Amino acid sequence: MTAAGHAAPHRDDAGSRMGMWLFLLSELLLFSGLFIAYAAYRSIHREEFHHAGAELNAALGAANTVVLLTSSLTVALGVRALRVGREREVPRWIGATILLALAFLAVKAIEWTTKYRHGLFPGRPELAALPPGERLFFGLYFAATGLHALHVVAGAVVLSVAAALVARGRVRSDAPVVLENAGLYWHLVDVIWIIILPLFYLAA
Amino acid sequence: MSAPPTPHAELPARTLVGVWSALVALTGALVAANRYAPGNPGIVATMVITPAKVSLVLWYFMHLREEGRAVRYMLLTAACTITIFVGLLMLDYSFR
Repeated sequence: MTAAGHAAPHRDDAGSRMGMWLFLLSELLLFSGLFIAYAAYRSIHREEFHHAGAELNAALGAANTVVLLTSSLTVALGVRALRVGREREVPRWIGATILLALAFLAVKAIEWTTKYRHGLFPGRPELAALPPGERLFFGLYFAATGLHALHVVAGAVVLSVAAALVARGRVRSDAPVVLENAGLYWHLVDVIWIIILPLFYLAA
Repeated sequence: MSAPPTPHAELPARTLVGVWSALVALTGALVAANRYAPGNPGIVATMVITPAKVSLVLWYFMHLREEGRAVRYMLLTAACTITIFVGLLMLDYSFR
């Protein structure tokens, strides 16, 4: 109890971080289901996966990889700024991360729009007319990149909230775990994209 | 719960920038390998470069170097589980 008679707020940073890692592992296993399905279907439809992969724009996939890697750097620099007591820098680093997240989503929107125009989109007759292996490839592509894009949006929201808490002084350098955990989530989004790039964009 | 992680010195910003540079360079190498050496060389490059990139992000950006054994073993267990599933799957399809 404090002198004023109020209980000090409970904090368990190690437990909080452990909980976040467990959550991240459950997310990893969620995506692993898609990756295992990819491996199974690719082993059955090697040539068709090869042809379907050629329809994706590897340059855009690589560009988006650099965008996400850079956003991981800005998050890491933001967390570092908080941990060394430079709280005022945090909103700038996280703001840069949000801009990069928007850039990533914009590139993704361009890709999906192009695929829609070419008929390579779920529900389009052009896609339904393709061989089974190519339909499976695009089904997995839209499922994996769509689920990943939802995680990008969620990560941007979580980081925005964490940065706002830092800006209001509710998360400080002596207790940075909220921003650290938000950063961990963002890095996981990056890790998943690192795996998606070779599976889909370099499949040809 | 494992013992709390040992305090580590904060990484300099230039180290983080160096890790980012390595990640971008590895991405370039991966794309180049798959473009100019398709087939088995590209697959080998993917199998080497992708885990290397993931490890760099985990170790430096996600501060795995600061975590205790419990988190490291959890990650290792998840990676082994996924590898076993994919391995069994490939064995199944290989001998059908």
